Order: sequence, then structure tokens, then C-alpha cells
Amino acid sequence: MEQITTEDFQVIDNCLMIQLPEEIDHHSAGYICESADRYLVRNDVCNVVFDFGRTRFMDSSGIGVIMGRYRKISCFGGKVYAIHADKQIQRIFKVSGLNKIVEVLES
Amino acid sequence: MKNEMEIIFDAVSDNESFARVAVAAFIAHLNPTVEEMADIKTAVSEAVTNSIIHGYENLGGYRKGCVPEHPSEADLACPEAARRKMNPGKVRVRCLLEGGVLHIEVADTGKGIENVEQAMEPLFTTKPELERSGMGFAFMEAFMDDLEVESTPGAGTIVRMQKKMGVGDWISCGPSR
Repeated sequence: MEQITTEDFQVIDNCLMIQLPEEIDHHSAGYICESADRYLVRNDVCNVVFDFGRTRFMDSSGIGVIMGRYRKISCFGGKVYAIHADKQIQRIFKVSGLNKIVEVLES
Repeated sequence: MKNEMEIIFDAVSDNESFARVAVAAFIAHLNPTVEEMADIKTAVSEAVTNSIIHGYENLGGYRKGCVPEHPSEADLACPEAARRKMNPGKVRVRCLLEGGVLHIEVADTGKGIENVEQAMEPLFTTKPELERSGMGFAFMEAFMDDLEVESTPGAGTIVRMQKKMGVGDWISCGPSR
């Protein structure tokens, strides 16, 4: 399993783009949260875009990552988006009710 | 046909992916659908993660909130080392395939759950600082057909799950569809 690196975080305009790893579980979630929060604090980030293009597996830890980021930016009017989410990821959004706070963009 | 397997591994977060991949490999010969495979992997991942971070409180993989509840003087002197200290617990995963039904049992001998009903409520979590979703049991319920939790505070927890595999009759050479 490849590790997520700093190259996977990019700030474009007021959006933080996060390229997620192949597998999002409790083990990998910690690093994503920590790194994302560093960008949220340092940069003038309003929205967060989660890119699931590489992701083949996610469990409830991934929901925690998204919910946590949403809480941090929503009070400033920020929004959370998901792109390249496959059927399975979208199913997990649905089961957890996360599709109410995440906008899934078809690409 | 009956088929059984059992794995026992250290309760560290590095083993979460090992556990779910091992279970996936065990059922691979049934030619499960992509959805079935994903459901089972997610459910196993949830149960094993619960054992590691709640049963044994091994939070090492998360890099934060890992300081013991009652730190000793040595822990306070060197919080970095205390954070890395691991509970040497084991997680046991047993799988049984019988009549096209997959039974999974995830057991630990950790601290147990005081109130199982409350623990199973969606969004309930005893560790909000970890920014987890509190959806673990909800996911296990959603992705498997049956879920049973047996826990004794101080002695450990056993999670039993069941799922009927869609290709069951194909494997047992039943009537072709």
C-alpha cells in the first residue's frame, strides 16, 4: 500500500485538494487528518475537495476524516466535495448519511 | 461444504489491512461480487479497528491522543515513548463458510464494552478526540446480514457477523440459473 505524501495536498485558489490513498482505514486516516488540518490553518482555505480517484477501499474512518474537516470549515461557510468516488464509496456515503454534507461531483 | 480458518495477530493498526485482505482471500474461491467483497472487507475492518483502538486502546497508528489514561511518572517524563507504548493484546478472527453463509467472528480480550446497546447507536463514540465517525457498528449492521455483540467489561468482546453469499448455489453445484 502506497503512503500518502505531501504532494497529495494542493491548494488551488481557496480550495484544498486532497488526493486520497488507495485504502482509507484507521491506520491511514490519522495522517490525512493531520496534514489536511495543517493546510487548513496555514492557508486561506475555504473548501475541501476529496479526490477518491485512487481509492479502492474505505471504512468508517474515512467518514470521520470527512466529517472532521467539514466541521472545521463549515462554520466559515466552506463546503466539502468528493470527486472520482466509485459506486462503493458512494454507497458508504449513503449508508452513513454523509451525502447530506458532501457534494459528490460527477466527472 | 464446510470450510474454516482462524488468524491471530497483534492489536496494532498496521494489521487492519492484513485482517480484511486475509478474509477476502478466504472467500475468493466463491467468486463473490465486487459489492460482496467490499461489504465484507468493510465489516471486518470496522470490527478489527474497534478491537485495536477501543478494546486494547492501541492508538499508535493514529499518531494522536495516544497518551495512557493514567500516565506514570516515566510516561510524563517522556510522553513520546509513552505514546508509542503498545498493549500487547491479540485479535482473533475466525471465519466459517457453511451452506453458502459466511460467519465471521472477531474476538479480543481487551477492556470490553460497558453498554453494548449504546455503543451500537450510530454516531456514539467514547473517543470523540480521535475524530472517528461512531459509525463502526452501524456499518457492520448495514453491510452484513446479521450482527451479534457479546461483551464482558474487563474480559473482552466478541463480534459475530453473518452474510449469505450470493453465489452459494453456484459453488455447491446446485441448479444452474
